[in-house]
Amino acid sequence: MNQIVLEHVTKSFTTKSLGTVVAVRDFNLSVKKGECFSFLGPSGCGKTTTLRMIAGFEDLSEGSIYLGGRLVSDKRKNIYLPPEKRELGMVFQAFAVWPHLNVYENVAFPLKVKKRPHSEIKKRVALALHHCDLDGLEKVYPSDLSGGQQQRIALARAIVVNPDVMLLDEPLSNLDPHLRESMRFEIKRLQKEFGFTIIFVTHDQAEAMALSDRMLVMDMGNIQQIGTPQELYHKPVNRFVHSFLGQSNFTDVVIRDGKAFLKEDESNLLFSGTSLDLKGDYVMATRPNAIDLNRQDGYKTTILKRTSKTDFMEYLVSVGKGSIMVQTPHRNFFRAGDPCFIKIKDPAWYKPEKKDIEEERERRNTI
Amino acid sequence: MFSRAINRDLAHLEGKGGFSLDRLMIILCYVALITVVILPVFMILYYAFWDGTKIDIAMFKQVIFQKSNIRSMWNTLVIGVFSTALATAVGVFFAWLLGRSDIPMKGLMKFLFSIPFMIPPFLAAMSWDMMFSGRGGYVNKALMSLFNLTKAPFNINSVAGIIVIEVVYYFPFVYMQVVSALERMDPTLEESARIAGASQLYVIRRITLPLTIPAISSGMLLVLITSLSNYGIPAMLGYSQSIFTLPTMIVELMNRAGGSFEGIRQSAALSIVLVFIVSIALLVQRRLLTHGRYDIIKGKSMRPMLIKLRGAKYPLLAFSLLFLSLIVVAPIVMIILVSFVKAYGLPFLAKNLTLANFRRIFVGNIMVRDSVKNSLFLAFSAASFCLLLGTMLAYVIYKVKPKGGTALEMMAVLPYSLPGTVMAIGCILAWSGAFFGITLYNTIWIILVAYIARYLSYVLKSSSAALQQVHGSLEEAARSCGASHMQTLKDVTLPLIKPAMISGFFLVFLPCMRELTTSILLYGPKSRTLGVAIYQLRINGQIAPAAALSVVTITLIIICNNIVKAITRDKKRG
Repeated sequence: MNQIVLEHVTKSFTTKSLGTVVAVRDFNLSVKKGECFSFLGPSGCGKTTTLRMIAGFEDLSEGSIYLGGRLVSDKRKNIYLPPEKRELGMVFQAFAVWPHLNVYENVAFPLKVKKRPHSEIKKRVALALHHCDLDGLEKVYPSDLSGGQQQRIALARAIVVNPDVMLLDEPLSNLDPHLRESMRFEIKRLQKEFGFTIIFVTHDQAEAMALSDRMLVMDMGNIQQIGTPQELYHKPVNRFVHSFLGQSNFTDVVIRDGKAFLKEDESNLLFSGTSLDLKGDYVMATRPNAIDLNRQDGYKTTILKRTSKTDFMEYLVSVGKGSIMVQTPHRNFFRAGDPCFIKIKDPAWYKPEKKDIEEERERRNTI
Repeated sequence: MFSRAINRDLAHLEGKGGFSLDRLMIILCYVALITVVILPVFMILYYAFWDGTKIDIAMFKQVIFQKSNIRSMWNTLVIGVFSTALATAVGVFFAWLLGRSDIPMKGLMKFLFSIPFMIPPFLAAMSWDMMFSGRGGYVNKALMSLFNLTKAPFNINSVAGIIVIEVVYYFPFVYMQVVSALERMDPTLEESARIAGASQLYVIRRITLPLTIPAISSGMLLVLITSLSNYGIPAMLGYSQSIFTLPTMIVELMNRAGGSFEGIRQSAALSIVLVFIVSIALLVQRRLLTHGRYDIIKGKSMRPMLIKLRGAKYPLLAFSLLFLSLIVVAPIVMIILVSFVKAYGLPFLAKNLTLANFRRIFVGNIMVRDSVKNSLFLAFSAASFCLLLGTMLAYVIYKVKPKGGTALEMMAVLPYSLPGTVMAIGCILAWSGAFFGITLYNTIWIILVAYIARYLSYVLKSSSAALQQVHGSLEEAARSCGASHMQTLKDVTLPLIKPAMISGFFLVFLPCMRELTTSILLYGPKSRTLGVAIYQLRINGQIAPAAALSVVTITLIIICNNIVKAITRDKKRG
């Protein structure tokens, strides 16, 4: 069953300096019950706007949103349910824990608003606090607690009403890296316990990869790709997705007869493969960890620079006027200036980006 | 039916159409501000340039070029410029001494600096007059008998006297601005100059001073604006020698006119001159403030390296303490002493002391008793109204953000930059039957309206500062928890800004308690305020009872001030 459905959702707004900006364009998505779904993208891509439309803090320009089969937003039918009636749990980036209420009062707030009997409030708050590892802190005020604890209050406040849907708006980005890891685990555990559906907004690819059952990558208001983390990493549909998940090299090439030549020097053969049946100008996308660096086989070049990383060696090798990054195990050792060969495995091919896309990106960056 | 309810929510989200809480608040704000602020201001312009049938500039010209008025303009400017320059010098010196040097007893000195803020300027002026008035000032008399002088050595009832008292009263404005800038200044800015080889004096001259110039100039302009529109000090000190400034001249014209149309028009015209002069100063201030070139603020205060005064330490300390006790402690002591003396002018000997002054003002003096009641009533009601309206305004401007938000804010802060005298003239013109036949003149209500207009911006400032601290997600979190807009306001937003609201209340309450400038023009037979009562006692020569009532007023102010401190200290949860 689909818990959250968005159909043709579009959001545009007009500003004095930029004219009309389409923040989200024709967004279609179905999220299954119990799924953990991430929205990933750079800042300003429209992921938070989409989340806020689901929560009811923003109106739609077009399209409709269903929550648990109930139509909650539809511009044309003039339907809009305010946030307090959507029965969601939500956790914000800045925690949004009320500083004038203590931990107990913060977590009890949603139940008090719903006018639940006192005994029930007490029981459910205690349970929520226990699940979020906040036992014994009932009377403490948030300002006396750490960032991680404050975010757990926000989590407890969200789960206390047992919502079907949990909206998480970059909940971990204000925490230090170590805490982030354990909170990620915490959220997964709570989801298993309570079975809610999660929409998780983040710009951190590692977070999205680790948490999600499925995810989507957005850019400039458009969904670029929807799929499992593995699909998105291994089969990115365009250059943007390729660059946003994991590390990438992009090289301009010309393809003739199953062979890819450097764009700037069309006699310089970079890659050939039996399955390559494209023709013309392309961008070759490679992963630094999917390039074989050796002393006898492939494209002949030299090492420009070597950097030691904790788990691998990183080499910059020259390719034409540009360069390509290669990651290999430590034992595969070269010095800067050494001659070498690289053999590229499973590259992806993309049509060069059109000028107007670049311009649009430029325009949005000025927002 | 269901879909209609939904429509309303959608309209609300878009901020248009339909009836909602936000809309109601926007309308209320406009109505209140137009009534309280725009009508009086409009009436001044109307009366200055409209003779009943046509636009008339002749009268305006005549008022401007009248000799006595030119004289008062000149006095206003001379007093403004000189007191500003001197107050700045004194203020910067003490700010540096307390902010950057190792002078001892800083706590005591800081406390002494805060005292002038508590005493109304006209009371301070009155006390100085008791000491240094040319005819019977106690200090003058003492000096004359001590050195066998035939003439009083000081005459405070002069332009120079007014300047000195304004300096004494206003230099803490500069001090406060500069000392807080020094405290927030990143000490590494100065330390790196020392590392680069600059001497201590060089660092002060080329690093510290230039970096504090924005603070110095903003304090300076604050002094200038306050001095230009001050009524109490020139009225207390200059009246007997017919030394007038623009604010006192406006009041004088109003009194002479005795309610005649021509007289009211003349004071309205003079008000416009005063507003013009003050607005030039305000424009300069606005330019300087938006010109925030130096970003020296580094969040938390840091421990700056203190400069060792070495040999100069104790002489400077002695000088500072002497200076501070002369300008801060002496006036208070003087006023207390006079309040116990049988008749002003008698020496302070045991046989001349009495409690009769206090008895006289409380027993059998209906005017004084009324004035205490009136001032308490006015201060309480004005503070409550300002609290309500100011917080609503802050919410509308910073959270609802309607199209005309800037206009609302400008309307609300306009009276703050208008001299109190001018605001009072506007109130008289607007509420003497000009609109809907409402006549508030001579009643306590016209004073209330004027107080609300004058002090509204105080609450607006404190509440909006607090509201801007309330992150939008705190309210959204409540909405996503199922709370309605109204519930969110009640349970989240208002409790969060409660400390600011309480201090906003007292920010209005305290100045209302000691107000003189507007009430002197607006009071009626039954609506005298404390300030008016003291002023009238003093003018009628009942100087000792005036001192007694002053002591009562100062005590009331100190009590209220301590209540504020006690309340605002308890803001751990805020």
